[in-house]
Amino acid sequence: MKLLSPIKDHYSERRLFIGRAIIASVVSVMLLGLVVARLVQLQVFNHELFAEKSQGNRVRIEPVPPIRGLVFDRKGRVIAENLPAYQLELIPEQVDDIDDTLNRLAAINLIEPDDIPRFKELSRSGPQFKPITLKFRLTDEEIANFAIQRPRFPGIDFRPRLVRHYPNGELFAHAVGYVGALSAGDLRRLDSARYAGTSHTGKTGVESSFENDLHGYAGFRHLITNARGRQIPADSRELLDSLPMDETPRPGSNIYLSLDLDLQQVAYDALAGRRGAVVALDPTNGEILALVSTPSFDPNLFAVGMSTAQYGELQDNLDRPLFNRAVRGTYPPGSTIKPMLSLAALETGATNLTRKTVCIGYFQLEGNEHRYRDWKPEGHGPVDLHDAIEQSCDVYFYQLGVNLGIDNMHDYLTRFGLGSATGVDVLGEKPGLVPSREWKRNNFSDSDNQRWYHGETVIAAIGQGFMLTTPLQLASAVGTLAMRGDRYRPHLVAAVEDPISQKRELVEPELIGNVEIDNTFYWDSVLAAMHDVMQGPRGTARAVGTGAPYEMAGKSGTAQLVSIAQDEEYDKEEIAERLRDHALFISFAPFDDPRIAVAVIVENGSSGSGVAAPIAKAIMDQYLGYGDDAIQ
Amino acid sequence: MQFSESHYLLSSKPAPLANFSGLLRRLNVDVPLLGGLLLICTFGLFVLYSATGESSRLLINQAVRLGIALVAMLIVAQLPPDFLRRWTPWGYLAGLLLLVLVLTKGDVGQGARRWLDFGIRFQPSEAMKLAVPMMMAWYLHDRQIPPRIGHLAVIAGFIAIPTYMIAQQPDLGTALLIAISGVIVIILAGMSFRLMLGLGVLAVPGALVLWNFMEDYQKQRVFTLFNPDSDPLGAGYNIIQSKIAIGSGGLFGKGWTNGSQAHLEFLPERHTDFIFAVLGEEFGLLGVLSLLALYLFVIARGLYIAVQAPDTYSRLLAGSISLTFLVYVFVNTAMVTGMVPVVGIPLPLVSFGGTSMVTLMAGFGILMSIHSHRKLLPH
Repeated sequence: MKLLSPIKDHYSERRLFIGRAIIASVVSVMLLGLVVARLVQLQVFNHELFAEKSQGNRVRIEPVPPIRGLVFDRKGRVIAENLPAYQLELIPEQVDDIDDTLNRLAAINLIEPDDIPRFKELSRSGPQFKPITLKFRLTDEEIANFAIQRPRFPGIDFRPRLVRHYPNGELFAHAVGYVGALSAGDLRRLDSARYAGTSHTGKTGVESSFENDLHGYAGFRHLITNARGRQIPADSRELLDSLPMDETPRPGSNIYLSLDLDLQQVAYDALAGRRGAVVALDPTNGEILALVSTPSFDPNLFAVGMSTAQYGELQDNLDRPLFNRAVRGTYPPGSTIKPMLSLAALETGATNLTRKTVCIGYFQLEGNEHRYRDWKPEGHGPVDLHDAIEQSCDVYFYQLGVNLGIDNMHDYLTRFGLGSATGVDVLGEKPGLVPSREWKRNNFSDSDNQRWYHGETVIAAIGQGFMLTTPLQLASAVGTLAMRGDRYRPHLVAAVEDPISQKRELVEPELIGNVEIDNTFYWDSVLAAMHDVMQGPRGTARAVGTGAPYEMAGKSGTAQLVSIAQDEEYDKEEIAERLRDHALFISFAPFDDPRIAVAVIVENGSSGSGVAAPIAKAIMDQYLGYGDDAIQ
Repeated sequence: MQFSESHYLLSSKPAPLANFSGLLRRLNVDVPLLGGLLLICTFGLFVLYSATGESSRLLINQAVRLGIALVAMLIVAQLPPDFLRRWTPWGYLAGLLLLVLVLTKGDVGQGARRWLDFGIRFQPSEAMKLAVPMMMAWYLHDRQIPPRIGHLAVIAGFIAIPTYMIAQQPDLGTALLIAISGVIVIILAGMSFRLMLGLGVLAVPGALVLWNFMEDYQKQRVFTLFNPDSDPLGAGYNIIQSKIAIGSGGLFGKGWTNGSQAHLEFLPERHTDFIFAVLGEEFGLLGVLSLLALYLFVIARGLYIAVQAPDTYSRLLAGSISLTFLVYVFVNTAMVTGMVPVVGIPLPLVSFGGTSMVTLMAGFGILMSIHSHRKLLPH
């Protein structure tokens, strides 16, 4: 041990040190005093502020989407329901390498490679804790397959959720429509509070037009969340009690359709393999009993989400399965308007019940060589109005049309509801067209085309030329014939049921027009002629009507093709098939007490009585309780 | 004033466990200091348990580390100050050597090269926290106090070399603490205040130069301090959330394990650097004042030991250890309450973590040794 240096003055050194130690301790106390002052500031003076902030920090409002209302047919059978399904989700914050994960998911066929860029984009935008749905419905097999591989996919999981399900698949695709994922446009249009937490909305059909009833109102609940916004359980009673009241969602209303599942099925089966549409309604109140457009598609594809390829296939299909022919398809009505024109002609005196026209197979306007041909080249000979309807004599109606004039035609056909939207309770209905002089003046630019020509009146009398109608309009019109002039607004929805009180609000029949022909004799005569179309000795559709266990009335028609896009290229066989006439048929039954009115259109079906009439018959058989006969 | 008061409090404390405390005395343990430390550690374990989301695994882990640190303290307490002094230069040189090894061969972790792996991983920079003040005290021990300028230059070198090397790792927090512990020795050694003032004036351009050498993220921390709301999800997030935690604790706190800020993971680094915020949230002002009082007591006891110490080496070392401990407490609490920039300095004896705890306890072991061996030394 070293000896202490003699130079050192221990006393003064100790004093110096003590001095410094005192200064140091004063500084220490001051420093800690600063901290204490700061703590007092934070914990006493600003306590309220920070307490509020900490409360706001952990409580998050989460919307609870309502359960969508169910859709039933008129007998209470489920047409649209909500089924639990497992969906595949990706939580961006939990996935280290999004690219790699998506590629590997595609490799095991859980997602489509085409969709990867879209998912990548989705995972970049939006909160990182919010799951992205990769697939809306997993099959049992896919769930099993993924469950095994789950450890390889951190941040990917499946979660149950309610998915709209249409148990009857294609059957109601056009009538009920479908729900699809909310688009950017939907989000702008819809009330964001009401749709908070909702992923799908009605896109077409009843699902769309009754969206307001079906959707319900979102509720919300307060969640205790961590810093990343993820829900965590409350850690104390006090914390739970501090939460504001939650609001339970109000479920959507249930919808009862006037459609009948069995009738719909019969109509669909009868149209199977063809392009066409059927609308059957109750003429006494406008309730639509069947509404079918074929070919159809599976609406579940939209509800669960489909791949780009699947959608492309539907979109590009030449037969246009997505197209709702029943309310959006416009066709020349052909001879189906003959009974209506007959009534107009009787009422206006353009013809009478006894006047005969000699049909020689064609008709010529005075001073014009052009021959307007009858469908029967050798002619029907002398025919009166009854014969002309029963046999669908074109020449008689050419003459009738000329006598009646286009403006009278327009006037009366309009009273039957042609040429304007029927006001049916689904969206997107087409109004069709009943031409008139005025219409021509307003809708053509050059003066040659603005003129109305006699020849145009002639072909209008057999429902050709400019005239266009939808199957729904024809059904409504034949219903109006059956009701002798009373026209009810056609509708698909019969009742809306409050899901909680179970109280049903019935849709009342709405009389929207009357043809205003009061002479019952005219009605009797024209309807009798329509009866004979089906069950008379020379009726065009007697092959269908004869032997039926009930009395019915009908009228066939054929019309030229217009609805297929013209600038597409088809092979020769296609052209031949697709240039055939459309087959139309309208009918109602029972004759004395009409309960069902049916309009059928079969595109390129050639023969109204041969192709369309049996379909109408099958539907009426089913509805009137002779269903077994229909199965032949 | 405090030391006399605390001395009075402690000396008048009844000793029901006379035999036990006698044993402690024979083991060179300073009972008041040990008592203060154990109270802090116990309090700390409670807070840690809550801050880790009630993880008993981490709690046991921390308790084991505390045990190891206490054993290290006991061992160091047995080494007489003279022995420590004689070995000081060798220890310091060995420390420098290890620092060189770290810079050339060290393990990289979290973007920095701080660890050496000789079977067990350790940070040589931790050892330097003690070695630097020891070296300075050793140098000044035989020399006139207050030191002359030349001597000051030498001991400044003792600080500068390891500080520079540690800053290169980079580990700015530790480098800063080591520099501060060295500066404390210089101040305690009686450097004239006029000189200090002069150096202080010189420090202004020095700070500007330092600013230019700072990394962007370090500058950001300084900016954020003054306006944490400017970047609430980035650099300001820690400060905002810790202030919310502490402020919402109020006077009495939300109760143990009831802190929503900590338990709902709003508070980052809640069981390490920001554990003080958990304490503030759950135990309120009352809790933080209690802990600060315990810290103050330990510091006061350390300074008392320093004042009682018989020679320059012991005095300077004991004073530096005590005041460095204060700096730890101040920097961490000031950082968590948003008064100084966020630097990675844990709350001593409470934050989760091992290496620094051993160093701290070894430091207190030196204090105990100094106090316990003082009568054996010539006075």
